[in-house]
Amino acid sequence: MAGLFIDVEVDESVAGDPDLARRLEEACPVDIFADADGRVEVVEDNLDECVLCELCIGTAPAGAVRVKKLYDETVLST
Amino acid sequence: MRFFEYESRRILERERIPITQSGHAETPEEARKIAEDVGGPVVIKSQVLAGGRMKAGGVKFADTPEECEAHARDILALEINGQVPRGVLVAAKAQIAHEYYAGVIYDGVRKLPTFVFSDMGGIDIEEVAETHPDHIGRGHFSTVLPPMDFRAKDAIAQTGLTGRELTRLTPILSALARLFATYDMTLAEINPLVKLEDGSFVAVDAHMEMENEARPRQKALLTELGVGEDETREAREATPFEIEGERIDSVDHRGVAGNVTEFDGNLGLVIGAGGGSLTLFDAVRHHGGNPANYCEIGGNPSVSKAANLTKLVLQKPGVEKIAVMMSTVSNTRVDIVARGVIKACVELGFDPAEKIAVFRIPGAWEEEGFKILDRYGLEYADRSVSMHEAARIAVEKVSGGSDGAAPLRGEEPGAEKPPTERLSGADEVLEG
Repeated sequence: MAGLFIDVEVDESVAGDPDLARRLEEACPVDIFADADGRVEVVEDNLDECVLCELCIGTAPAGAVRVKKLYDETVLST
Repeated sequence: MRFFEYESRRILERERIPITQSGHAETPEEARKIAEDVGGPVVIKSQVLAGGRMKAGGVKFADTPEECEAHARDILALEINGQVPRGVLVAAKAQIAHEYYAGVIYDGVRKLPTFVFSDMGGIDIEEVAETHPDHIGRGHFSTVLPPMDFRAKDAIAQTGLTGRELTRLTPILSALARLFATYDMTLAEINPLVKLEDGSFVAVDAHMEMENEARPRQKALLTELGVGEDETREAREATPFEIEGERIDSVDHRGVAGNVTEFDGNLGLVIGAGGGSLTLFDAVRHHGGNPANYCEIGGNPSVSKAANLTKLVLQKPGVEKIAVMMSTVSNTRVDIVARGVIKACVELGFDPAEKIAVFRIPGAWEEEGFKILDRYGLEYADRSVSMHEAARIAVEKVSGGSDGAAPLRGEEPGAEKPPTERLSGADEVLEG
């Protein structure tokens, strides 16, 4: 189920990076990212659990992960 | 947790407080045997964790063992307030010259245990306090130092007792205080504490309640009394609503969203933080509201946990609206709770702005929370609105008086909202 409050986008250019998939899965405290056989998977059921910690943004290359706050249309990114 | 009377008597015996000769029976035949051992008139009392035993026919007197057996048979078959008795207590009928009350309770305001004594025993102490306050003596004692006899004596003396009675009652009240402290009690009372015709004193009935959290520490006592680890010892069994609340809290380790108690009102409560839930519940009652439930939310529960608790409350029959309120200032994130309660409304097909009568959670990430609340058109309050005021607003709205409710945040309708202070939070890097 898509998030009511939060959406997360991962740039397609890095989504297939197995190392990034593993690091994002480890970094997110609320399990929004899963390592799906070396590919970054966004777990939609957990999107609204996002605590806006920005660990995913710091883990990924600049601009590769974007956290969208659907309630005020702002985006967290580097 | 509560103790049955027969267990309370055994605890009194541990502190050498005199009691009438008695025994606990689970069959009529056992009751008869105890009456034979007593060798005189006895009283037979149903062992349930509920008041009103006498009115319900759960207390009877017998002059012979045969009569005792017959009464025990009747009482063992008698449910009181939905409770099947855990046997009967058979005790010698005391030759009463006078009845007193002796108790120890915890004073939550002073944060100290306190003696309570009255020379008017045998009736509810609350009734005595209301109608004859001059017949009640009180006195606090330390939780660190052992209870001192002179403090017990002072509490008794406040009722006007002197001489031999004062001297004989003092060690009993003092022992009750020791028992209270030793066994982590929240209530220890003897009512009545009886003066017999020969001038001696004896406990005829006792009521004790122990702090639930003390169960591991008091394992030796509970084992001796035969209290099973799975016995909740609450006044009533948990309802399906409460069991589901417990499940919601237990399946997700993040924060607290549980401790649900069911009531029959129309205002659902999602409340909590640092004792605030009790204050908020009382405030709702004070304003004439009828809570549908009590609960505790805090410690940063997950969005799903807050949502599941809210769904439980929203789906309770009779609930018209919910009030989401927390303590003075909370360290639980406002935005996370806001997401949870709104998500619950949306997923159940309700308009959050219609269903949530008031949202008052001042604290961490409140500006972020307010953005969410604004997006869904909810009225909300920051710390400039007291818990008491928020409760009043909620009660008015659920009673159909929303138009007359005072504006939130101490502002005029339509006025620019005053800036609020964020207590903690990350700095966002915003990108259009």
